[in-house]
Amino acid sequence: MAEGSADMEMIDEGLRSELQKQGIYTTSLQELYNWGRANSVWPLTFGLACCAIEMIAASMARFDLARFGAEVFRPSPRQADLMIVAGTVTKKMAPLVVRLYNQMPEPKYVIAMGACAISGGPFKQGYNVLKGIDRYLPVDVSIPGCPPRPEALIHAIMTLQEKILNQKLTGPDRPRHLVAGAPSEFPVPAYGEHDLEPPSNPDVWQPPIMTRK
Amino acid sequence: METPEQIKSRLEAAEPGARIEILPNDCPAGERSLLVDPAHALVLAKFLRDDPQLRLDYCSNVTGVDWPEAELNEKIKVKQVVDGVEKEIEEVKKTVRPGFLEVVYHLYSMELKHGPVVLRQRAANRAAGAPAVSLTSVWRGCEFQEREVFDLFGIRMEGHPDLRRILMWDGFKGFPMRKDYVAPDDFEYEPTPHDEVLEEAQKHYLPEVKA
Amino acid sequence: MNAELGVRGHVLALESADMSAHSKNYEILPKASETGEPIGELLKVSMGPQHPSTHGVFRMDVMLDGEKVVKLKPVFGYLHRNHEKIAENISYLGSMPYTDRLDYFCSMTNNWAYALSVEKLAGLAVPERAEYIRVIMAELTRLQNHTCLIGFFVQDMGALGTPLMYAFREREKILDLFESVSGARMMCNYLRFGGVRCDVTTEWLAQAKQLVDGYGKFLDEFEALFTENEILLARTQGVGVLSRELAVNASITGPMLRAAGVNYDIRKVDKYGIYSRFDFKVPLGEHGDTYDRYMIRILEMRESLKILHQALRDIPSGPVMDPKAKLRGFRPKAGEAYGRIESPKGELGFYLISDGSANPYRYRVRPPSFINLTILEDMCLGQRIADTVVILGSVDIVLGEVDR
Repeated sequence: MAEGSADMEMIDEGLRSELQKQGIYTTSLQELYNWGRANSVWPLTFGLACCAIEMIAASMARFDLARFGAEVFRPSPRQADLMIVAGTVTKKMAPLVVRLYNQMPEPKYVIAMGACAISGGPFKQGYNVLKGIDRYLPVDVSIPGCPPRPEALIHAIMTLQEKILNQKLTGPDRPRHLVAGAPSEFPVPAYGEHDLEPPSNPDVWQPPIMTRK
Repeated sequence: METPEQIKSRLEAAEPGARIEILPNDCPAGERSLLVDPAHALVLAKFLRDDPQLRLDYCSNVTGVDWPEAELNEKIKVKQVVDGVEKEIEEVKKTVRPGFLEVVYHLYSMELKHGPVVLRQRAANRAAGAPAVSLTSVWRGCEFQEREVFDLFGIRMEGHPDLRRILMWDGFKGFPMRKDYVAPDDFEYEPTPHDEVLEEAQKHYLPEVKA
Repeated sequence: MNAELGVRGHVLALESADMSAHSKNYEILPKASETGEPIGELLKVSMGPQHPSTHGVFRMDVMLDGEKVVKLKPVFGYLHRNHEKIAENISYLGSMPYTDRLDYFCSMTNNWAYALSVEKLAGLAVPERAEYIRVIMAELTRLQNHTCLIGFFVQDMGALGTPLMYAFREREKILDLFESVSGARMMCNYLRFGGVRCDVTTEWLAQAKQLVDGYGKFLDEFEALFTENEILLARTQGVGVLSRELAVNASITGPMLRAAGVNYDIRKVDKYGIYSRFDFKVPLGEHGDTYDRYMIRILEMRESLKILHQALRDIPSGPVMDPKAKLRGFRPKAGEAYGRIESPKGELGFYLISDGSANPYRYRVRPPSFINLTILEDMCLGQRIADTVVILGSVDIVLGEVDR
């Protein structure tokens, strides 16, 4: 399966069900690989503020996150593959968030949970608040809310699982960890005199062109 | 609990030469504060803590306030001769109140269960590092709060055992809670700007869009 | 095979790229005796801000001699969200949702502290039914805060997960009550200046009564797990002792102060709201160690249940908002006020200076967690590093309040 078209035809579903009735299960390497990855996403214990409490509540008995394979919250970034940035990222904390992201092994994903992680949230006017973690890191799923309900976090994990399941392993839109030249570490901002230097990472985030006056 | 006037007279008796002023407070809660000069602040604080009638052993809150230079307009009645008749006319007298930074302490007593007594110190000179006296040696609880006052207002608390920034990072320059602080400019992307935010955001718009 | 399926981001590759650019988070320093001869090494470790045992983004720079702590400096500010500066630019009522986010476990009591300060500043009165509702909400908040705290405290000691599951099970029941009355589980934004936002129904009161009746049994179950548990006793008795004099001098408040033996509960001292009508005791500790702080919280929960029984029994009918209170165009007279309450963590106070306009001139939060951290170093000196985590857990900090 080396070259060939990037969209390899998947197995015909009719044929697959016929074979299954006979006790023969068929799959493709891509499906199997993605299925294993999607159903065992291990988050990093990285709660910053109030959203962290809803994240903990999502892993507790009522909103059980363990059913989705995300039960094992790893304290060490070296063992985690999902970083749920839950809470306000301040400028004092931002270099450490990026450093932790760099320490995670590929493939790694980021969920920006809550309004503060997406864009600064209610504290947007603050001098110490980073207006969204997507200024320095590539974010895969964003959950709006202040704080988002645990069900919303479960929905985000399910969205991430769908994203992983649908990733094609070959071709131009294969994931970052399979691209030889793609960076897996991002530059860590430094503490400047009044703001972080640089204030955002131009490779990761470009402010959209405002067309209003 | 004694009134501020009684406390003031006893403080002045204990430490002659101390300049104490009672500041008014018009709202219904009405706790008036005692303004002390920094030179005598430490001695007066020890007196307030150790005096058997007051025993103010609990310093509940330490904070800073920034009062920039302000022009006060006062309406006063002046007698003037108008058309040969002496009348009382209202005139607006403009005074300039000099700017200062202030540290406010709220003191309570855990032993006698009364309070609060509000103590204030003024640091008049903003440019030269605005010094005030630290009361950490009297009440240990002031330690972190005075560091925060230094960090956010720039008031140097003299006599503090460990004066460094507490909430902002160490290389930060500027004192954010002062009224003249200008926040860094990161308004590149504002989806629904209005008022001041709109002005800041427009600086980042492309020139052909702004026109 | 396919060159595109190369392995990316191997762990070792990350190490070499990472280590050169950044400093290590530990340092080895020489240790000298009094006469100056080298007798070993001291290890300086930075614990946090991302750490499984810290209650939020809190960092401790610890200097260790073997396992014993020689120096400990707390570093915070990683969640400094400029609440006080933002409050100077918005109206009084606009700050109410921000107070929810200070101590994010206890949004109702934060709201009450702020509403109390503004009511002192403007001279507003609160109707009776609203006062009873406030007491009910505050005591429910105290229950869920102490329950979750004990869950986190025991988790830090190694009981991973299960006690916290029990704690959160009960917390969810209380959050259901909060959600049905205010619309949000955690950030309730429910209290207003002069009352509460909307009334509670009789069904709500019945559900609250059912919860309170069943809570005593849950507490018995919870206590049976911990109070005489030999691991808990071995790890907390005699650990992190705080003396009375130091506690008072360091402005410690809340359960930490009462565990050191000082009888100062703002509900009894200031008698704010209608607390003078309720019959409840203030538990006091004897030794000031971590076990006392744990027991004080259990006993306080039982006293809260007593208050809740009385409040739910006696709540009158009537309006829940002061009819003279203005929601729009609220401009208190120029002046200042300091209002404080007994929040589950200690004394939460708000100091407001008004200059007659719609926005406060100075808005200051007196955070109990921030000030309770003053003596963290004193309590941890000479203890082992594993005890540091237990002591920090018993101080009960929430970073939203420490950093504001």
